[in-house]
Amino acid sequence: MSRFSGVDFLELDPLLTEEERLVRDTVRTFVDDRVMPIIEECHREARFPLELVSEMGALNLFGATIDEYGLPGLSNVAYGLTMQELERCDSGIRSFVSVQSALVMYPIYAFGSQEQKDRWIPALGSGKAIGCFGLTEPDFGSNPGGMLTTARRDGDGWVLNGSKQWITNGTLADIAVVWAQTDEGVRGFLVEKGTPGFTSSDQHGKFSLRASVTSELGFQDCRIPADAILPKTTGLKNALMCLNQARYGIAWGALGSAMETYTTALDYAKQRIQFGGQPIACHQLVQEKLVWMVSEITKGQLLVLQMGRLKDADRLRHYQISLGKRNNVWVARECAKLAREILGANGIVDDYPVIRHMLNIESVYTYEGTHDIHGLVIGEHITGIPAYNPPERTVKAPRKVLEDAR
Amino acid sequence: MRIAVCIKQVPDTEARLRLRKDGRWVDEEDLPFVINESDEYALEEALTLAEKTGGEVVVLSLGPARVKEALRKALALGAQRAVHLQDEAFEGGDAPATARALHAALSRESFDLVLTGSQSDDNGYGATASVLAGLLGWPHAWLVMGVELEEGGASLKVVREMESGMNEIVRIATPAVIEVQAGINHPRYASLKGIMQAKRKPQEVLTAADLGLDPAVVGAAGSRLEVVSVAFPSTGAGAQMIEGDAATAARVLVEKLRNEARVL
Ligand SMILES: Cc1cc2nc3c(=O)[nH]c(=O)nc-3n(C[C@H](O)[C@H](O)[C@H](O)COP(=O)(O)OP(=O)(O)OC[C@H]3O[C@@H](n4cnc5c(N)ncnc54)[C@H](O)[C@@H]3O)c2cc1C
Repeated sequence: MSRFSGVDFLELDPLLTEEERLVRDTVRTFVDDRVMPIIEECHREARFPLELVSEMGALNLFGATIDEYGLPGLSNVAYGLTMQELERCDSGIRSFVSVQSALVMYPIYAFGSQEQKDRWIPALGSGKAIGCFGLTEPDFGSNPGGMLTTARRDGDGWVLNGSKQWITNGTLADIAVVWAQTDEGVRGFLVEKGTPGFTSSDQHGKFSLRASVTSELGFQDCRIPADAILPKTTGLKNALMCLNQARYGIAWGALGSAMETYTTALDYAKQRIQFGGQPIACHQLVQEKLVWMVSEITKGQLLVLQMGRLKDADRLRHYQISLGKRNNVWVARECAKLAREILGANGIVDDYPVIRHMLNIESVYTYEGTHDIHGLVIGEHITGIPAYNPPERTVKAPRKVLEDAR
Repeated sequence: MRIAVCIKQVPDTEARLRLRKDGRWVDEEDLPFVINESDEYALEEALTLAEKTGGEVVVLSLGPARVKEALRKALALGAQRAVHLQDEAFEGGDAPATARALHAALSRESFDLVLTGSQSDDNGYGATASVLAGLLGWPHAWLVMGVELEEGGASLKVVREMESGMNEIVRIATPAVIEVQAGINHPRYASLKGIMQAKRKPQEVLTAADLGLDPAVVGAAGSRLEVVSVAFPSTGAGAQMIEGDAATAARVLVEKLRNEARVL
C-alpha cells in the first residue's frame, strides 16, 4: 500500500512542531498499515473493526489530550492531526475515537468524581472499556434542551426514564454518558452496560458511517446508584462543552476526508485517458475542480491550525469552533462531490474511497450540530440575536396562511 | 544488557530524487528523510532484547541537524538516550571514516552489543558496521535474520542468511556487532505518550573535538573513497516494446527469451 504524503500546498508543515509532525506521521502509518486495508470491507459489512481497539489504545489514540493516568497530554494541534489522519481513512473510525475521547473521557475527566476518574479513565484510555454519549433523542436533535429523558432522585439513587437515539457506539459501550432532566436542571450520568432497565439496539439501514455503530438506548425505571451522577455537571452547558471538544476534532477530521478525496481525484485525473490520448487532468474544467479542492483544503488547514493554537492558549470560543466545524465539513462534502464527478463511474464503486467518504460526510454534516445550526451560532455571535427559536409573532403569518389553505 | 543502535537517516525511498548541481549527490533540499529501513528493524530488535534483559538502549546517529528528527523518533519508540554526532567535519565520509567517528563515540562507554541495519538505503555500502566491528575488535554478523540470547547474554545465537537461500546459525560471544536485515521483526509504532516523553530524554551532541578526533581522519577528509558522480541509469536503452494482443505478445516474448536472452 502506497503511503499518503499529505497535502501541503502552502508550506504549512514548518508551522507544526517536530512532535506534532511525529504524532501525525505515526498515526498516518498506523492508519495506512492497519486500517486502510480493511476499511472497505468494514463499510460493506457495516461493521466497526473492534479488533483494532486495543491497538488504538496502545497507541494512545483515546483521551490523547489528557496528561494524567499515563496518557500523553498532546497539544490540541497534535490531537487535531490524529483526527485528520483517522478521518482520512473513514469518518466512522474517527467518530469512534471522537466519542471515546471527547464525549466520554472528557466529561468523566472534567466533571467526574475522583473514583469515577480512577475507574474509567485508564479503562477507556487503553480501550479495555468502550463508551458512548447519549444526548440526542427521537424528538430532540438540534434542540437538546427539550429532552424528555428524566432522572428522578429515589432513596439513595436515581431512576432514569426515556430514550436516546443516534448514539454512536451505543451497543458496544460498557459505559454510557447519559444526559437527563432533573429537578436541578440537565445533568450527566454514568450508566453501566447490563444495568436493569437499560436496553440498547442498533439502528440499521444506514447508508452513511457504516463502519460505525449507531444505536438507540432505552431507560425504563432504570435504577442507578447515587454515585452514578457526574457530580460537576450543573446544566446543559456541560453537555455542550463536551460537544465543543468533539466539534473541534471534527474540524480537523473533515480535512482528512477532503485530503483523501482530493488526492484520489488528482491521481485519477492524471491517469485516466480520454479524448486524444490525453489524461482528463488536461481539461480546464477538471483542473478547476482540483484547484477548488486544494484551495479550500489549504484555507481549512489555516483555520484549524489557528483554532488549535487558540485552544492550547485556552482562548478558543465556541463560535470559533462552529466556524471550523461548519466550514471544513462543508469543504469535505464539496470535495467528495467534485472527486466523485472526476472519477466518473469509478466514483460510485468502493474500489475507490470516494463514494464512501461522500456518504459518510452526510452524517458529519448533521451530527455535532448541523451545518445550519452552526451558522446560527456564528450569526448569534455577530448580530447578538439568537435565531434558533423565532418569537411567536414572526411565525404567526405563515401559520395563518397554512390554516387558510386548509 | 547495554545495547547501542547506530541508525542512519536516509532519503525516503518513495521520494522523487533530483541530482545536486555538482552531480555528486542528490539534492537534499525539500527531500523527506526517514530512518533507514533495516536500522528500524535493528532498533526494534534492540528494544525487544532490552525488554527481556532489563537493559538500556542508546541510539547513535551521525549526520547534520535534520538527523535530530530520526533520533527523536527512536527515543519515542523507546530508546533511553540519544547521541548525535554532528560536525561538518563528519560529513561526506566513506564507511571507514564514518566508522571511526562512531567507534570513538561508542568507546566512551561500555556496551554489550551494537546493532545496526545491514545496509543503508542510500549509499548501500553495507560496510560501515563491519569496519566498526574491526575497530572495536569485536566479532560481527552481517545479514542477520534472527537473534537469540544465550547464557544470559554472554553469547548470542544468530541466524544469518546465506547466498542460495540457506540459513547459517552462528554463536557469537558478546560484545559483538550485529547487522540485521529488514523484515526480521515487526517494528512497533511509537505510542503518542512515547512521543511526548521523547523530548525529556537525554540527547547528547558530539563534535570531532568532543571525541578527541583529528578532523583529518573523519568525514570527507578522512576518506579514501570519493564519490565522483551519481546518475540515474539511462532509461529506454535495452528495453524492447512488444506490440500486439496478449497471445501474439506472449509468443514473441517466449521466442526472445529463448533465442535472444537464452534464459529458457
Ligand atoms: C451517524 C450519526 C451518529 C450520531 N451520534 C450521536 C451520538 O453519539 N450522540 C448523540 O447524542 N447524538 C448523535 N447523533 C445525533 C446528531 O447529533 C443529531 O442528528 C443532530 O443533532 C441533528 O438532530 P436531528 O437529526 O434530530 O435533526 P433536527 O434537529 O430535526 O434538524 C433537521 C433539520 O432542521 C434544521 N433545523 C433544526 N432547527 C433549526 C433552526 N432553529 N433553524 C434552522 N434550521 C434548523 C437542521 O439544521 C436540519 O437541517 C448522531 C447522528 C448521526 C447521523
